[in-house]
Amino acid sequence: MGKNENKNKYSIIVPTYNERLNIALIVYLIFKHLRDVDFEVIIVDDGSPDGTQDIVIQLQKVYGQDRILLRPRPKKLGLGTAYIHGLKHASGNFVVIMDADLSHHPKYLPSFIKKQLETGASIVTGTRYVKGGGVHGWNLMRKLTSRGANVLAQTLLWPGVSDLTGSFRLYKKSVLEDVISSCVSKGYVFQMEMIVRASRKGYHIEEVPITFVDRVYGSSKLGGSEIVEYLKGLAYLLVTT
Amino acid sequence: MKHIVKIITFLVVISSFWIGLLQTSILPCSYTWLLPIYFIVSLGCYGLLMVGVGLMRFPTCPQEAILLQQDIVEAKEFLKQSVDVGGSD
Repeated sequence: MGKNENKNKYSIIVPTYNERLNIALIVYLIFKHLRDVDFEVIIVDDGSPDGTQDIVIQLQKVYGQDRILLRPRPKKLGLGTAYIHGLKHASGNFVVIMDADLSHHPKYLPSFIKKQLETGASIVTGTRYVKGGGVHGWNLMRKLTSRGANVLAQTLLWPGVSDLTGSFRLYKKSVLEDVISSCVSKGYVFQMEMIVRASRKGYHIEEVPITFVDRVYGSSKLGGSEIVEYLKGLAYLLVTT
Repeated sequence: MKHIVKIITFLVVISSFWIGLLQTSILPCSYTWLLPIYFIVSLGCYGLLMVGVGLMRFPTCPQEAILLQQDIVEAKEFLKQSVDVGGSD
């Protein structure tokens, strides 16, 4: 990167709901860590009542309306459709998807881009379960659930990817458009469906280690019924892919 | 081929092998009857072992939380003139 001519443009899609503080921090960190790269940040806000959109407008005044795009939707309409919505407004040839809650640190963006340039991969996905990666802020129960879910999915689906439910990923725009159109799941099963379908379609997938610090501000969104959703998602992927 | 079909094919191959063993009685019949139980038990052991190993070697990164706090302070400092980052939720 940097001195090597990188003519790619990266569209970073960040779905938000009540992330007024986090969105400001994440935008600052993206601009700090992506210096010699052409990129835009597309914020898809689902009508947050906490004034997330006001903050984004203030950020546009600092960084420019061409670098920060606010593409709100009237109400909470789900993660999958948020990406489709953001994708419609993306002008880059690559798309990065990341969470707004600071569990995905923008400092890893250069390693995603570097990995893609080195390998020519269609998808680069962040993984927490290899050397150099890791998780902070999970209790034993959460770790146990995560490991169990992972072993189950690896044994039954053989996806060829070590972290299925992580959602920090870089896609070629055309690949994302292709894969997303065939995905129907919701929540983080959606992330698993995306990567499994992409793997079945034969796209070249590479991994980079990332660390995951559980959300600092705001409340975590994981509930008990998510395990049931996960198992349903697993069964769904078994019979459809 | 759907993934479930691959798994079912695998199970069918295993069971036909087992029925073959029962028919030809290369091994004593009492052993052959126990094989499916061994199979299920070893599958369970494999699962438990993988979860256990994964849990023991679970990569954690406490230093990242500290670095993130520093980044947050730095970001707030930079943004405070132009963006309303005062009230945290």
